Amino acid sequence: MKVADHAQRAKEFNKDEKRVDWHDETLWFIRQKRDRASHNIPQWEELRNTASQIKNHTLSNLHHYLQEFERNAQANGVTIHWAANAEEHNNIILKLLQERNISQMVKSKSMLTEECHLNDFLGDHGIEVIDSDLGERIVQLAKEPPSHIVLPCIHKKKEEIGELFHEHLGTPKGSADPQLLTEAARQSLRNVFLTRKAALTGVNFAIAETGEFVVCTNEGNADMGVHLADIHIASMGIEKLIPQRRHLGLFLRLLTRSATGQPITTYSSHFAKPAKGKAMHIILVDNGRSRQLGRPDFRASLKCIRCSACFNTCPVYRRSGGHSYNAVIAGPIGSILSPNFDMKKHADLPFASTLCGSCSNVCPVKIDIHDQLYKWRQVIVQEGYADPKKTVAMQVMAKTLASPTMYRIAGKAARTTLKYAPFVVNNKLNAWYLHRDMPEVPKSSFGEWYSKNRKNND
Amino acid sequence: MTSKEQILAAVKASQPDLKELPSLDFFYQDNLNQDEDLAQFIETVEFIGAKTYRVNSYEEIIAQLQQDFDLKGKRVISPLNEFSTIAEKYTGADNHTLADAELIILPTHFAVAENGACWIDDHLFDERLMLFIPQHLAFVLKKEEVVPTMHRAYERIAGKSYGYGAFVAGPSKTADIEQSLVLGAHGPRSLRVFII
Ligand code: SF4
Repeated sequence: MKVADHAQRAKEFNKDEKRVDWHDETLWFIRQKRDRASHNIPQWEELRNTASQIKNHTLSNLHHYLQEFERNAQANGVTIHWAANAEEHNNIILKLLQERNISQMVKSKSMLTEECHLNDFLGDHGIEVIDSDLGERIVQLAKEPPSHIVLPCIHKKKEEIGELFHEHLGTPKGSADPQLLTEAARQSLRNVFLTRKAALTGVNFAIAETGEFVVCTNEGNADMGVHLADIHIASMGIEKLIPQRRHLGLFLRLLTRSATGQPITTYSSHFAKPAKGKAMHIILVDNGRSRQLGRPDFRASLKCIRCSACFNTCPVYRRSGGHSYNAVIAGPIGSILSPNFDMKKHADLPFASTLCGSCSNVCPVKIDIHDQLYKWRQVIVQEGYADPKKTVAMQVMAKTLASPTMYRIAGKAARTTLKYAPFVVNNKLNAWYLHRDMPEVPKSSFGEWYSKNRKNND
Repeated sequence: MTSKEQILAAVKASQPDLKELPSLDFFYQDNLNQDEDLAQFIETVEFIGAKTYRVNSYEEIIAQLQQDFDLKGKRVISPLNEFSTIAEKYTGADNHTLADAELIILPTHFAVAENGACWIDDHLFDERLMLFIPQHLAFVLKKEEVVPTMHRAYERIAGKSYGYGAFVAGPSKTADIEQSLVLGAHGPRSLRVFII
């Protein structure tokens, strides 16, 4: 394993110091909005506790709820499909489209379809997919994956978006006004919505009791696509279930306040039955989730409602950017979910954390994120995917990235590292301090810090 | 074995011992106060970008809309008879014909004070697209129909049967470009709530 993979990828991002500061500050600002929104709710901790228990209960009875959901959705006139893995999921969609001779589809935000690499798959079969969420459209035009689960293009400056829109949507060269760029996307995507016969959405919550599901957006893009299309395909992981409709009260109170600090998204759409003359299909996807459910130490990660609060608060995420994780879902929760998919490829991620616990403190469903990261480290080392010495180096890097003081002294420290841990330098620890002026530090500081860190983490 | 059987078998083998489903009673220990709830709703929905008007009649709503918009030659749609002087009803079979709608006026079931959302389901309108396609959207809300929290909101609709329903809170918006808030992403550019 290349231990410094996450660090190497962070290197690109850290070339531009101002940009890193901007990224850091933008996300911290969102974190502060989350704090204000949550402090306005006197029962916030009770909400978190109860939501966590509802999710724990659902996971402990998922076998029952999946069947209840299927029964009720079918009674509503919805067709249910089951997909054991990404390949099966993609093939179900391909078949649904081919049966109807559809070669273009519009899609709203769905991290699951990212996980299944649906766009590439359909593209290979001659089907064009257009992402309709503005942020997703931007990264799609840039041929990049989203760098954040709620704010897909948070890593992009408006000038870069202006360039992309100039090239693809014909906006005037050099214009970077968000209002103007959003208007251009609105016009272009309106035409897409009006001409597509198939629309795919993700699912935020699915209700076993009623067979309905809820999709939350601010832009209205999911609904624009769905209501104008003949067929609505909804892709959902099997962990999205909750038992009853009234449980939504808790989750919708928590979700957006945790995400962006808004009291609720503009639209919380409840899809129960297909509209007259239209078809609705739901694909229930496992793709490793039942395996994660069987891991007592990690099953709590399936409680995640994808609010992204743990991203926004994470000092490592904020200073390394989403792409440095090289995973469909970045950030602290992505570092728990990704090794389940591919332990070898993502062996570096559980080490890209300081275990400061900030993620667990903000998580609206009380996932013990930092404890799970710590547990993954043990598993990855035991399974032989990491050299224990090297993993200590990753922790050093994470600490360095997270702490302004360590970040400043890292230049000198890394030279000291040659003595203690030459593999770190071979693997380019310098990713995180390149292009910075480093003040001199006493020779001993890194060594002291290093041994202390070892004690804490061994 | 089908994929369904395979997934269900794997889930059954993996799921932990049954954990209890918690009670929600705690969240219903609130003091209901219509005036306070309405005031909070108005404050919240304006904060998220909507406009509110307290009115006594549908005539007042029409007068306000005519003042706010130049509706001449523009398409205005509402399922409510009260707006027949300014609006047509949508009865078509192909909702693509709604693409040029300037203003749509819809009734709502109730509103939620804590987040500024209005609930509307297909008992009040039959074309789902009407919430999303117009350039501007207006809601009519009865002033006594405000609940304080989402718990109370779901209490109202817990047993209801609908094909589609939505909480709508403010105009369509995005902040995807450098976190700058822009109203009118894909849906309506503005939302007016007339409290009658
Ligand atoms: S782990 Fe928790 S904080 Fe992170 S995205 Fe999921 S629900 Fe939100």
